[in-house]
Amino acid sequence: MIESTRFGEYGGCFVPETLMAALEELEEGFRTIVPGPAFQEEMDYYLHEYAGRKTPLTFCRNLSRDLGCRVYLKREDLLHSGAHKLNNALGQALLAKCMGKRRIIAETGAGQHGVATAIAGAALGMNVEVYMGEEDIARQALNVARMRMLGANVLPVRSGSRTLKDAINEALRDWVANVHDTHYLIGSVVGPHPFPTLVRDFQTVIGRETRAQVLEKEGRLPDAIVACVGGGSNAIGMFTPFLGDPTRLFGAEAGGEGPGGRHGATLCRGRPGVLHGTYTYLIQDAFGQILESHSISAGLDYPGVGPEHSYLMDKGRVTYREVTDDEAIDSFLYLSRTEGIIPALESAHAVSLARNIAQDLGKDDILIVNLSGRGDKDVSQVAALAGDCL
Amino acid sequence: MSTRIGSAFSARTRPLLVACLVAGDPDLGESLAMIREVDRAGADVIEVVMPFSDPVADGPVMQQAIQRALSAGMNTDSLFSLIRDFRAESETPLVILTYANPVVQKGLGAFYRDAARAGADGVAVADVPLEETEPFCKAARDAGIDPILFVSQTTSDKRLEMIVERAGGFLYLVAALGVTGVRGEVDPATIECIRRIKGISSLPVVPGFGISSSHQVQAYSQAGADGVIVGSAIVKEVGDRVGRPGEMRIAVGEMVRALVADIV
Repeated sequence: MIESTRFGEYGGCFVPETLMAALEELEEGFRTIVPGPAFQEEMDYYLHEYAGRKTPLTFCRNLSRDLGCRVYLKREDLLHSGAHKLNNALGQALLAKCMGKRRIIAETGAGQHGVATAIAGAALGMNVEVYMGEEDIARQALNVARMRMLGANVLPVRSGSRTLKDAINEALRDWVANVHDTHYLIGSVVGPHPFPTLVRDFQTVIGRETRAQVLEKEGRLPDAIVACVGGGSNAIGMFTPFLGDPTRLFGAEAGGEGPGGRHGATLCRGRPGVLHGTYTYLIQDAFGQILESHSISAGLDYPGVGPEHSYLMDKGRVTYREVTDDEAIDSFLYLSRTEGIIPALESAHAVSLARNIAQDLGKDDILIVNLSGRGDKDVSQVAALAGDCL
Repeated sequence: MSTRIGSAFSARTRPLLVACLVAGDPDLGESLAMIREVDRAGADVIEVVMPFSDPVADGPVMQQAIQRALSAGMNTDSLFSLIRDFRAESETPLVILTYANPVVQKGLGAFYRDAARAGADGVAVADVPLEETEPFCKAARDAGIDPILFVSQTTSDKRLEMIVERAGGFLYLVAALGVTGVRGEVDPATIECIRRIKGISSLPVVPGFGISSSHQVQAYSQAGADGVIVGSAIVKEVGDRVGRPGEMRIAVGEMVRALVADIV
């Protein structure tokens, strides 16, 4: 029986009994295999030689001048695959291989995690099958093609709303049926214990590097850090090494259409409940039925959030704010034109919140934005939406 | 403590049929008619599913039924009034099967209290394993409801001991690796699991998931099962006849009568 599965009151492992043996096995592997020198050495190779870590912490001259403080971007957009997702995909795929699993399944919304998992599977010689909602397959043809080129099998999900939430349901159903030889490589700090901790630990490389880099460049800790939060893996990975510091931490949620409209702002507007194995803030109706979320950015379009974020919000350690679709598009173009860096629409939410926070900062204050991914995948969508402005 | 479930199993002369329907499928009014039909056709225990939008333990047939019920406006308040209406005219044991969130949103105490007042005898929560079960079992026992817990072929002996200590009514044995849905095969690991449970507990053991045929019923009861749960096979009869309530009732009744006749 697994003990201690919570962040305060949040987290836990709300899954069918059939899956518990697999979660116990995974937790055991996480505790015994991951800290060992052999695993760490392999992980180092894949992160540094293969994926291109460490990623730069770029001092942005134009942004700093424009926003009136010292602005840095943590460049996860420069990681192989174009987003932070690969840190976790490589870590979990390596762990699954060490545990003797032959098959990996994953869920994906926009396709970024699916692509990262397909890359990890190809690099490590493992079979990968990715569940993806039919709606998302239609919207993200480029990433579907990338996954297939990388040798992964993309399985269309036709149940429910046919998006990310349903892809997770379908992956969990597959896992129940194939627990003996299959690892479910979940893409964010969500799901039953130990996933929120496991994924956090593989993403914390972002924050560890950032902390060392800013201390080296500035000789002191930053005043504020901003990251976007869908499930919340890039944010947790960035925040974790700073939790004991005085640095102010901000999470940007998908405000979608804005007040009164459809949204993905689970923490700002939701209520705690149980979904996908964990007790956390959710977008739901009065009777506990999960509602569909909305965001212009597929990576933030999820009606749940990592349970540790629920805990950090209640504790008052991290401040979460909403950024609307329109604000995200505006900041997508702003960063592209100001610095020559096209951000993922997810990361554009963090840029937008950073522009607001900068108004309260002085010219010597240090502001770090986690640029979780690059925007190539979003170029045609933004071009269509922002047509007149281009 | 509830006695209807206990009495039904202790008085049994053959394995019991637990017949499952989705509450509110295809709509609230017709759902009550369907439960009555299943009762009249001879089901020994009735299991009603309280729909949840994200049913990870369920296969396509149950998913579609759950979707139909939710679209027709099913919620926990309607569930209790449905059970109240049924209980006014029948003493057949009734079990609610649901997922954690509808229970959590109602409030654990309130959910089990309202379930007991409406006349339910047991509650099973598909995504609450041993690790999370304590507050659910406590609320159940406080309200006089049997906490029905799940066991699977992947459950270790150590977990099994802890589960039977906490469970009430009967043990719900997940008879297949996978989700609900008609399969037709006998699973050797399930046979083995029935024997394992019988070695350490006197609680009735009832396999469910994938069961619809008489040879499965016979194989599991010979191994010591005290009954079988049939869900998707019955719910499919509903789903195949949406919009034709008369035919639906006849088909569901016939299906249950055939299942009862097969159990010897």
